[in-house]
Amino acid sequence: MQLIPCPWCGPREEAEFHYGGQAHVAYPEDPSALTDEEWARYVFFRDNPSGPFAERWSHNAGCRRWFNAVRDTRTHDLLAVYRVGEPMPEVTA
Amino acid sequence: MTVSPLHAWTDRLAALAPVLGAAEVPFRSQLTVRVSDPDAIAATGATLGIGFPSAACTFTSGTGRFGDVEVLWLGPDEFLVTASPGLQVTIEEVLRGSLGTARGSVVDTSAQRTTVVLQGPRSREVLAHGCSVDLHPSAAPVGTCVQTLLARTGIVLQVTGDDTVTILVRSSFAEYFAAWLTDACVEYLAVP
Repeated sequence: MQLIPCPWCGPREEAEFHYGGQAHVAYPEDPSALTDEEWARYVFFRDNPSGPFAERWSHNAGCRRWFNAVRDTRTHDLLAVYRVGEPMPEVTA
Repeated sequence: MTVSPLHAWTDRLAALAPVLGAAEVPFRSQLTVRVSDPDAIAATGATLGIGFPSAACTFTSGTGRFGDVEVLWLGPDEFLVTASPGLQVTIEEVLRGSLGTARGSVVDTSAQRTTVVLQGPRSREVLAHGCSVDLHPSAAPVGTCVQTLLARTGIVLQVTGDDTVTILVRSSFAEYFAAWLTDACVEYLAVP
């Protein structure tokens, strides 16, 4: 089974983690000003790149913290992990 | 009469003796402390008489005003204080007082988990049957405290001695854990 390096606990089995979708999706500054279409775009529309993708993961069975990871969607390699609030590191796929 | 989660398994756990000393230590006082301010963490540790663990996946232990107490790292701002049975209400009040005006919480979670102590040279080997964390003494020295999955059930695993491992398991999963442990010991029981 693939090991995912939790930024707090170190490498653990993939089964201990939960996927949380695309990272760095900013909450609208003024949600009430959004049109239905803009709101739908915020809620449902996500990037779907072939290559490095910044995602949120949660170490469910361990420290239960959310963190971010850059995963290559073609190879399922985790290129980098970083804590919430930290900027996305430069990666080379 | 209060019955502990593994009351019915006392004899079956004791029967693992040639391989593993396994026994439940029921009703330990357990308090989940959520606090992130370093000063408040230090103050709470000072009140308890046992410093809180500063490194991830470790625990500290010592004897303070509440007797033998352990403080487990559960997350960057989350700790579990464990002590002898019956002390939870007192410790909860004292710790809550020591937080002062800092943001944080102290919650009595004693009923959440029961404690099982495994002892013997095979303790790490038996656990490795269902636990993916590296339990070799070089990777998990005494003082290690990890939350992980053991045979798909969530546990808190403390390495309390070279040959001693303490498992905290949810009360509702305790019998499942005991059944799994009994099964994992079978191959060693067959060969004297």
